[in-house]
Order: sequence, then structure tokens, then C-alpha cells
Amino acid sequence: MTAKLSANNLTLIRGESCLFQGLEFALNPGELLLLEGQNGSGKTSLMRAIAGMLSLESGEIFWNDMPVSGQRQEFHGALVWLAHRTGLKGDLTLVENLRFEGSLRRQAKTDPEVIYERLGITRLKRLALRSLSAGQQRRVALARMLMAAVPLWLMDEPFTNLDREGRQLVMDLTQEHLERGGMCVMAAHQDIKIASPIVRVRL
Amino acid sequence: MWKFFHQMASPPYFYRLAATLIPWFAIPGLILIAYGAYAGLFLVSMDYQQGDAFRIIYVHVPSAYLSMMAYMMMAVGGGIGLIWRLKLAHAVGAAAAPLGAAFTFLALVTGSIWGRPMWGTWWEWGDPRLTSELILLFLYFGYMALRSSIDDTAKADKASAVLALVGVVNVVIVHFSVEWWSSLHQGQTVFKKGTMDADMRIPLFAMLIGFSFVFGAMLLRRLRTEVLFRERRTRWVRELVLSPEGGK
Amino acid sequence: MDSSNLQQPGIFAGLLAIIRRDLLLAWKRPGDVLNPLFFFAMVCTLFPLAVGPSAEQLTFSGPGVLWVAALLSTLLSLNSLFMSDYEDGSLDQMLVSPQPLPVLALGKTIAHWLISGFPLVLISPLLAMTYRMPSAVMGILMLTLLLGTISLSLLGSIGAALTVGLHRGTALLSLLILPLAMPILLLGANTVSLAAANDVYGTGIWALGAYAIASISLAPYATAAALRISNE
Repeated sequence: MTAKLSANNLTLIRGESCLFQGLEFALNPGELLLLEGQNGSGKTSLMRAIAGMLSLESGEIFWNDMPVSGQRQEFHGALVWLAHRTGLKGDLTLVENLRFEGSLRRQAKTDPEVIYERLGITRLKRLALRSLSAGQQRRVALARMLMAAVPLWLMDEPFTNLDREGRQLVMDLTQEHLERGGMCVMAAHQDIKIASPIVRVRL
Repeated sequence: MWKFFHQMASPPYFYRLAATLIPWFAIPGLILIAYGAYAGLFLVSMDYQQGDAFRIIYVHVPSAYLSMMAYMMMAVGGGIGLIWRLKLAHAVGAAAAPLGAAFTFLALVTGSIWGRPMWGTWWEWGDPRLTSELILLFLYFGYMALRSSIDDTAKADKASAVLALVGVVNVVIVHFSVEWWSSLHQGQTVFKKGTMDADMRIPLFAMLIGFSFVFGAMLLRRLRTEVLFRERRTRWVRELVLSPEGGK
Repeated sequence: MDSSNLQQPGIFAGLLAIIRRDLLLAWKRPGDVLNPLFFFAMVCTLFPLAVGPSAEQLTFSGPGVLWVAALLSTLLSLNSLFMSDYEDGSLDQMLVSPQPLPVLALGKTIAHWLISGFPLVLISPLLAMTYRMPSAVMGILMLTLLLGTISLSLLGSIGAALTVGLHRGTALLSLLILPLAMPILLLGANTVSLAAANDVYGTGIWALGAYAIASISLAPYATAAALRISNE
């Protein structure tokens, strides 16, 4: 895969304030794009803009050197988004939630049980999601991300609600994804210990 | 050609252009209305069936016409705004909605006054045009309510544009379904088709054009305010307000 | 990445998946299905209590009352169409889904109709009976309600998408949708009245059918556009 994500001259205005102006980046397979900045600096907005959910004041985001706006479906087929709100249904069980996601997006060939085991959620499989803790729900969201066979991971504050072991797990998973030639866009306000090349964007 | 449109759409340019255009709309408009009103009230002879009551068409018909034109403008403006991302086109919708609602209301009131001697009541559900007009008024209310409940201007623009486009398709359906419905119930309209004499028609045309011009002037005026409000954070507005003429 | 040999699920799979998920959710919360039905039945009960039990009056006004009640009940249930998806972040996931958004919006609307509109069609003869509607007319009532509630759900989904995330949701949604829905009410109720009066009623059925087909093919696009705008 020669997928490459880049952006030029991005400007975003939300309401009265300009969140960023003339922002550029280029990301190649195996690299992590780290969005740094304080709360409210526009990390989530930039991520939503990359995902094509916000209309930009100026600038364009490119996937394979072609504007994302002209190939939205293909681009969305190549990414998965770990958002602040998990987007999972509290009334449904883990398996029901993930089966729904599986019908929307290309799935990896890995056995789901292996992924559940790795994330430590095997014994939660039959429970309604609302009875799980916030950290456990986040692990389910991670499972959804791992099950999707996509090159680009968008991760908005992936460490929220996770304990130390969970945070290490996220870093390991990210590292493995990058080593496989995947790409990551991550918004985080804490130190990331990852051996792969990191492209930093300071907001 | 494109360059011209983009220049037109640049807020400071439009703001000044609108100021020069307003008198060109307002003065001919008022003259035509003055003529139409005089001719309609005094020169045109009395209708043998309706007496003097029919003279209200000189206000009613132009109002009803503008009530629909304004909705069309909202929809077209919204469509242009969504496709070409022209902010000025969205502003047209925002500026036209209250005007359109006002003319719809005027059309309803004059229609009801007109119908009173005919029907012996202020409101007759059997009249298809008044009923459609009433639904149109509700469509305007919905549009304005949606606009006012979204704080972010850009978002309000796009959401109301979608609503206006859906609504404009519906206006046509409303028209035909209400016609069908009133034909079931032997509803009758006070409007007669194709029986108007030439000397009655000329003042009516004068009123139609005059109303449209005045509407144009009012719309431009509202647009100027709208543009000024939307651009309130920009430098040109600040310079304009602080300039010796104080925003003239 | 060895994913290139794997297929992206087709749009039909996506459509079915979202319908199945929403039906499953409704199954786990039966109140969402039953409340609009109870509301429908209750509005139909209010009317005879208000105007008196005279048989002649009830026969005459039955089609209109049943149709107004159906319209209001559909409207009531529409408010929650995208609400929970908005709150738990599922809507965001829908927006970045590789499935076309109009397909997902259509799927959600179909599920909504199966949950709220279709049961309403099924119980309508029961209520029509209390209005002394002849059984031959009940068929027409069910047919008009069937076609009409499909259109109402689709039209309403546009309004629900425009107002999702706004504080004054319910009242605003009614204000937006009611004027748009008036032709459906007018066609539906009058067709039933015509049938009850042994008159020719074909026009209304055809018009309702045309409306339903037009809304199936157009409304999902408007809903998708509205969802993108509301979620910016």
C-alpha cells in the first residue's frame, strides 16, 4: 500500500475563533502523526476535519495524493476512528455491537477471540455494554478498531479512562500497527513512548 | 464572468453596491405603487359582481406573488450557498425570510378582507389559495425558527438551506393537493380566471412591478444589515464603523 | 497490510445491518415501540369524549381523526430517531463509515417505520371499528396509512436530522415537519372519507403512492446532508 495522508494550508474557524491557520502535514506508512496542544486548542476539531466531518475554511486533505472530498467513501473505508464518545450502544452486548460494525467495514482475518483475549474483555462478551465500566467500554472500542482491516487509525485521546496497563497496551498496539505499515493520527496531551517515526503538529 | 460574481459576493463590495442600488429600486417602485393605487382605486370601474371589494386585489395579488417569490429566493439562495459555498447567497435567505413571511401575512389578511363580503365570514377553509398561503406562512415560521435556534451562523445557513429546498418541493405539492381537496368539497375561490379587462390589468401590473421593486429595496437594506452583522469581526467593518461617515 | 484481498461489505449489507441493529435496540426497549401506539389510541379516544358519542358524527369524522392521530403519533416518535445516536457517538461513526450516509439514513428510517409506523397501521382497524367504519373502508384506511406513514417517516427523518442536538428539539421538529406533512394528511384522510361515502377515491391512493416513492428516493439524501450539517 502506498497510502499517504497529507494536508496543505488548512484553516478552520469555529464560531468566532480561528483554531488553526495554514496548517500542513504529510504522513507516510509507518508514521505517527501526533497532535499536541492544550484542551480546547482544536485537536479534536482537526481530527474531525481529517475525517471529513468539518468543512474547512481553506485547504485540502489528500489521501493517495487525491483530495479526500472527491473520494469520501474510499477514504472512510481506509480509516477507523476511535472517538472520545465510543459510539457503541449501551443496550447491546459487546458481540452485537461489534457484529454491527463488522457489516459496515472491511474486517481483519484475525480471530475475534484472539483480540478479545488480548484486550482482556473475553469474559464480558455477553454483557450489555452499559453495565461495563468506562475503561472496559474503551477496550471494546479498541477491539472494534483492531478488527477493522484499515491502514489509518484516528485516535482521539485514546488513553482516557484507561489504567496504566491499558495505556501501555494502547501504545503496544499502535506500535505494532505502525510496524505493519499502518498509520496513526493521535491526539494526546501526555508523553507517548513509541519507537516509530513521529510527525508532530503543535496546535 | 466568474470574477464578476466573486467580486459581487465580496462583502465590502456588495455592502457599497447595495447602498447605491437601493434608491434605484425604491424610487421607481414607489412611483409605480402610487400610480397603481390611484388607478386601482379611482380609474378602474366597479366590478358588477363584487362592487368595490375587488379593488383589494391590487394589494392582495402582489403580496401573494411576493410571498412565493421570497420562498423561491430562499431556496435558490440556499442551493447556491450549499453548492458554491457562497456566504452571501445564504445571507439572502436569512434576509428574505421575514419579508416573505410579512407578505404572506399581508396576502392572508387582504384575502380574508376580500372574501368577507363574498363568503359572509372572515375565513373560508374551502378557498384553496388562502389555505395554501396559510401553509406557506407556517413554512416560513419553521424556517425562521430553525435559523434562530442554531447559534453558529454557518451551520444555521446550511441547515435552513436544506429545509428551504425540501420546502420548495413541498410548496408545489401543497398547491396541487389543496386544489384537489377543495374541488372535492365544492370550495370556491373569489379569483376568476381570465376575465380581467385591460384597464383593470394595467394598474395590476404596475402594482406587481412596483411591489417587486420595493421588495428588492427592502431586501437589499436587510442584506446590508445582515452582511454587516456577519462580518462584524472583520477589519473592513471596524474601519467602516470608525470612519468619519460612521458606516454610511 | 494483507487486507487488499478482503472485500468491503456492500451497501445492502450495511442497510440490513443498521435495520437489524435498530430493531434489536427496540426489542430491548419495548417502550419505544409501545408509547407511540398508546398515544395513537389515546388521541383517538379523546375525540369521542370531546364531541359526544353520536354515531353519525363519529362515522363522519373518523377518517380525519384517525389520520391526525397517526400524524401526531409519528411525529412524537421521530424526535428520538437520531437522538441516542447523537448522544453516544454512533452518529459520528456513521459519518465516517465507508457506507454511503444516505443508505444508513434510509436504514434507520426503515427501522423507525417498522417500529412505529407499521404497528400503527396494524392496529388502526381496531380503532376505526369504534368509529363505526365499515370493514370495506378499513382496507382503504390501512392502505392510505401504510403509504402515508412511510412518507411521514422519511419526511420526518429530514426534520429529525436538522434538529438533532438542538435544545428545543421536539417543538421545533413539529414546527418544521407539520407544514410539510399537511399534503399527506390531506390526501390520506380525504381518500378514506371518499371511500366511506362510496365515491371515487383512486386519485388519492395514486398520489400517496407517488409521494411515498418520491420520498424513498429523495429524502435519504436530504437527511444525510442534514446529518452532516447538524454534526459539524
